[in-house]
Amino acid sequence: MDLHRLTFERAAALLAQKAISSVELTRAVLERIRATEPEIQSFITVTEEVALTQAHAADARRARGDSGPLLGIPVGIKDIILTKGIRTTAGSKILGNFIAPYDATVTRRLLDAGAVCVGKLNCDEFAMGSSTENSAYQVTRNPWDRTRVPGGSSGGSASAIAAQQALGTLGTDTGGSIRQPAACCGVVGIKPTYGRVSRYGVVAYASSLDQVGPMAKTVTGCAHVLGTIAGHDAHDSTSANRPVPDYAAGLNGSIKGLRVGIPREYFVEGMAPDVEQAVRAAVRQLQQLGAVISDVSLPHTQYAIPAYYLIATAEASSNLARYDGIKYGLRAAEGEGLLGMYQRTRAAGFGAEVKRRIMLGTYALSAGYYDAYYLKAQKVRTLIRRDFEQVFQSQDVIVTPTAPTTAFRIGEKTSDPLQMYLSDIFTISINLAGLPGLSMPCGFDAQGMPIGLQIVGRPFEEERVLQAAYAYEQASAWHDRWPTE
Amino acid sequence: MALTREEVRHIALLARLQLSDAEEVAITEQLDHILQHFETLAALDTSAVEPTALVVDVTTAYRDDVVVNPPAAEALRQNAPARDGDFFKVPKIIE
Repeated sequence: MDLHRLTFERAAALLAQKAISSVELTRAVLERIRATEPEIQSFITVTEEVALTQAHAADARRARGDSGPLLGIPVGIKDIILTKGIRTTAGSKILGNFIAPYDATVTRRLLDAGAVCVGKLNCDEFAMGSSTENSAYQVTRNPWDRTRVPGGSSGGSASAIAAQQALGTLGTDTGGSIRQPAACCGVVGIKPTYGRVSRYGVVAYASSLDQVGPMAKTVTGCAHVLGTIAGHDAHDSTSANRPVPDYAAGLNGSIKGLRVGIPREYFVEGMAPDVEQAVRAAVRQLQQLGAVISDVSLPHTQYAIPAYYLIATAEASSNLARYDGIKYGLRAAEGEGLLGMYQRTRAAGFGAEVKRRIMLGTYALSAGYYDAYYLKAQKVRTLIRRDFEQVFQSQDVIVTPTAPTTAFRIGEKTSDPLQMYLSDIFTISINLAGLPGLSMPCGFDAQGMPIGLQIVGRPFEEERVLQAAYAYEQASAWHDRWPTE
Repeated sequence: MALTREEVRHIALLARLQLSDAEEVAITEQLDHILQHFETLAALDTSAVEPTALVVDVTTAYRDDVVVNPPAAEALRQNAPARDGDFFKVPKIIE
């Protein structure tokens, strides 16, 4: 049995039956990582010793009668999330030598549940990007076609699942950074409602948009991980004080009568025909399962990208001001006083895309431009949110493609930053409105690249989104396919 | 209204970023191109619209003024680029 090929829930069942041990499972996954990393490069740091120690501890806990879906499961964590005692870089050179002094709340919750951390996953620097090409460390390759990107910014989190290097991963999503790589790599990923999951210990990019979420091969796997990390955290005042349902228990069920809205603005010119075909076929499948499909409109969709790139970069310019070489991270060599040290530290430590976004955000907030750019974008955010509220009065979920194309080639979009930004078009409004959004495989294009279906719900209705996803998953077979070795 | 190199230099100073000449030229062009694309926002009438800063309703979270975190000073100092015992060493601030 190739243990690294197990889905999250199959592995959890075998562990619970004591048919396999966490040590066996973790060893198989670590061996798989060793065999595939030269080509795929999902990991910035592999934590073999830590993983084996945690696996032994999980087996010991189970022997004492402990249980739970995460107990003994090998997981990977995006390198923007703090893991105590382990190097955490956020994909940047400015944190190249940073050892996290504490665990993020999401890390702590996974570890307390007995998960085994196999390593820290590659990402675009400070989560800024849609291809993971902005990582200061390495280019991650899409396991389905190694000349193509895995998507971004949580590219390593998605590629690790597709390459069988972890049974569950954590990513973050600010403008689509869980959903779009999930689509590129043919896996399931969910961005929860803003406030559903704590951001404490997550390196901040845009504080009103960032959310942590799980990725896995199946909807069930995501449901289990989400249930473990979600919930109020006193350390994060934006985290919602609401009970966490048992997402995995709630999956099975009919979606008869589920009202599904298909927004016309999400079927645009410039969209790959294969993508449109696959998504429309998936919608017909939902209809066959009893869903009621309607055409809807989200009229302010075209303003989402400008609004996002003004708000997110403004917040980023503030959040990244802390990287000043004083208490942690890179410090440029002495000379020319304090200001010079700040300027040269940040010049040396940040990559081009990060600098660009800091500049854009600083401009949007600067005197004379604040009203025209930042304030304006925040008002447009209200309009976008209202569009969704309006549609959700008559629809239960909204279904769209996750991205206009499948995974593009490495280097294809790096010369024009705006081109890269436009690939976020279907995911970005969901962050602005703070809604839960999931991506799952719904087919493959003529080149064999995965196509993603996005399901969006009302705030805090992750259960309904997961149910719809599960129903579609059980009626299709996309999740049974893996990239050829 | 094209973005000028002077403005880019001013923003770089605000952002505490040192840019090379080549970077300045490239960023001026790229930001100008991006901002032009964003001009579409100006066409929207938002005079009667409230801005959204945060999508969740949050009220200030209060708690009693007691220490709850265990001391972790050493863990927080271990990443110091320059250190002298309990102190972070920094470049001279006051000339």
